[in-house]
Amino acid sequence: MSVLDGKELRIVGFLCNWCSYGGADTAGVARATQPTDLRIIRVPCSGRVDPLFVLKALFNGADGVLVSGCHPRDCHYAAGNFYARRRLEILKRFLPVLGIDERRFAYTWVSAAEGQRWQHVVTAFTRQIHELGPAPRLEDAEPLLKVADMALTALRPLGSGQSAALDELKAAIRSKLPELDCVIGWQQGRDAAHHVPLFMRKPEDVDKLVWGPFNVNNPAVYLPSFKGKKVGVVVKGCDARSVVELLQENLIRREDVTIFSMPCEGTLDMGRVDQALGRYTAIDQVAYDEAGVTITADGRAQRFCMADWAQGKCYGCATPSAVLTDESFGASAPVEAKATTPPELAMLDAMSLEERRAFWRGQMERCLRCYACRNACPLCVCRDYCVSDSRDPHWMTQEDTVKEKLFFQTIHALHLAGRCTGCGECQRACPVGIPILALRQQISRAVGELFNGYAAGMNPQDVPPLLGYAVVEENIQEQDWK
Amino acid sequence: MSTMRFVTPDGLPAFLAFLARDGRRVLTPQEQSGAKRAVVFAPWSEGMPFTLEKATVPAKHAVLPQCETLLRYKNTRQDDGTRSLSLDDRPEAEPTVVFACRPCDARGYAVLDRPFLHGPYADPYYKARRQGLTVIALTCAKGCDTCFCHWTGGSPASSEGSDILMTEIDDGYLLQAMTPTGTQLLAASALPDGSERLAEAQAARTAACNSLPPAPKLEHTPQDVAARFGDLAFWEQWTERCLSCGACTYFCPTCYCFSITDEGEAQSERGGRRLRSWDNCMSALFTREASGHNPRLTKAQRMRNRISHKYATYPENWGAFSCSGCGRCIAHCPVGLDIREIVLACARQPAAQEAQP
Repeated sequence: MSVLDGKELRIVGFLCNWCSYGGADTAGVARATQPTDLRIIRVPCSGRVDPLFVLKALFNGADGVLVSGCHPRDCHYAAGNFYARRRLEILKRFLPVLGIDERRFAYTWVSAAEGQRWQHVVTAFTRQIHELGPAPRLEDAEPLLKVADMALTALRPLGSGQSAALDELKAAIRSKLPELDCVIGWQQGRDAAHHVPLFMRKPEDVDKLVWGPFNVNNPAVYLPSFKGKKVGVVVKGCDARSVVELLQENLIRREDVTIFSMPCEGTLDMGRVDQALGRYTAIDQVAYDEAGVTITADGRAQRFCMADWAQGKCYGCATPSAVLTDESFGASAPVEAKATTPPELAMLDAMSLEERRAFWRGQMERCLRCYACRNACPLCVCRDYCVSDSRDPHWMTQEDTVKEKLFFQTIHALHLAGRCTGCGECQRACPVGIPILALRQQISRAVGELFNGYAAGMNPQDVPPLLGYAVVEENIQEQDWK
Repeated sequence: MSTMRFVTPDGLPAFLAFLARDGRRVLTPQEQSGAKRAVVFAPWSEGMPFTLEKATVPAKHAVLPQCETLLRYKNTRQDDGTRSLSLDDRPEAEPTVVFACRPCDARGYAVLDRPFLHGPYADPYYKARRQGLTVIALTCAKGCDTCFCHWTGGSPASSEGSDILMTEIDDGYLLQAMTPTGTQLLAASALPDGSERLAEAQAARTAACNSLPPAPKLEHTPQDVAARFGDLAFWEQWTERCLSCGACTYFCPTCYCFSITDEGEAQSERGGRRLRSWDNCMSALFTREASGHNPRLTKAQRMRNRISHKYATYPENWGAFSCSGCGRCIAHCPVGLDIREIVLACARQPAAQEAQP
């Protein structure tokens, strides 16, 4: 019997076997009156609760999800709930960017003896969900297509990078090459306005190395595949952070990697550039000036000033020079110390929850599930063993629904929590231009707020926040059940 | 003499509305803005905007949806305690018009037709969709840097796979029927006759064909590609930067590999669906066997399969390339791999391999 009037809603509860499940049992034995909306799933520990359990439930029609475990310092497995606390708090701060009301999810601690507290928690949470009403479904939203405002000011002057010491860099690579299996960099692609990764093995390969705003690829993506080999990598500032994050996670060994770097002056947003160039049969010329490039295609010249045409990530970049390097050439212009919000995230911040659902509904519809986003990510190291392809556990079906497609994005974003360095390769690689980087950026922002400004890939000695815990969390304010 | 009609740009919405009559689904290129602009084929209804640009994604899904239900099953308990299984495997096919795809996309349907309709087994799901499909292709005004339709036997004005070929002329478009379906459709439309504009259209088509640089001769390519099969070093060299994503195959108008999965439905008692969804040979999972063994473990082996299928085995079976030269795999590859370079490199002697990717 429900103590609340009206129709029951669907609330899923994940309760740890040792405390909260016992607490619910105690409440039952004491015949404490409770609402009946909650469907309990018993788990061994709150640490077993993958944030994806919660999302999967919310995506598939749950109106609310409650996770409850042992009180901190009272975990049956000593530390399971400490890990859970960090993960679940990040999840809570991630939900709104998807258009899900964060009040639909709560986590708390109830011991086996606290029957009364359990009764209180479940009643209060159920009332909260009833106040919110049935959860709106993503697929019911009317698609909303909106584009981020790209009129931004960079934290440092952006330029075409043509004053960089490319010849010195090439000489350094040539002299190191005999000790290395290969050095990864960039070369000209199908024309002078498109650069692609380059693998230098012979001295003459080094001649092909190019530097400049067309060097959009992140060469760090290839490093884990060279496991056990000595390899060099030429990096921009953002790429260096990916290398550092790989080192932080022991996915590559420091002694195996030689990092060559030059300060980056920004890279072009090739999606916008290609759109401006339109259909052309040949690039006649690419001419660089200090602040931009002029591309002549089929006799028509267009100038792309870096201040206007850079990738969204470049405007807020505070690390144009590599944070870790072996051989570096040149110094970057001073960077203004200022907190910025990336363009797509700022656009989402300004939207209501309903508009965000409509936005993702409209954007994800054209996703073809090609997984270029996943495979271009330097930190997606599961490679051929991604859970999204697995039948056991069966996280996803092969359906082409907006729900499945967005669920994959949440898998990627959550697996990158505290690891994503914001290189933006996921979004750049997307052939249909879905602004998926914003989801990772929201999580990175939450990580920064919770862990005293932590940013991934800055220091090889840092432990990624979700690989550790603190007994007392400074910035996590747990819900008050008064 | 085929049926011809003339339509002005302002007359296009009325023509689309005519096409949408009798419950036909009309797919038109539609612009969608995100981190970059994408043009996708989506159902059109009166009053909706549309564009005539080349789409980012070809309209392959008109005949081969990204995911489709092959059958629904239900296992129900009878009153006497026995169980009965019911199956519904009727194809779901809506009569569809693809409007303003490009000749390369239309040729894609011709490539798909061979294995799905003309092989030893005709695929009933594909067949149902294909029979209800009308293709209106728009002649490309000019080629672009990633286009190579003329390498593969097509052209910016090819009519292969199209029911109606639409060509831009001075003040509008000439619609020329290429098949009986196209003739019927044009004859039923209220558009004025356009026969006297044919010369203009032909001039526009010739100009489009001349806008492309000369194509290399590919008559020995099937043999050259097949001869590279054992040269794994060649494939490794060309796929070093490949990320093994599926962009090249999912944006291809001629790739047709699929996977079949069963999904039980939690809501219904012992019921479920069998789904057919796109799959791609660039994924390691494509060939991973239940034992865990994978005959195509490396990306070099997988790329070899993709190129060999398009340029050696499919031509061997069907006498045409399984590539219409639309260039989307080049334009959308996150690392800029260029199928044209690989195909040409296959023909070069091993000694000339210094020309590395």
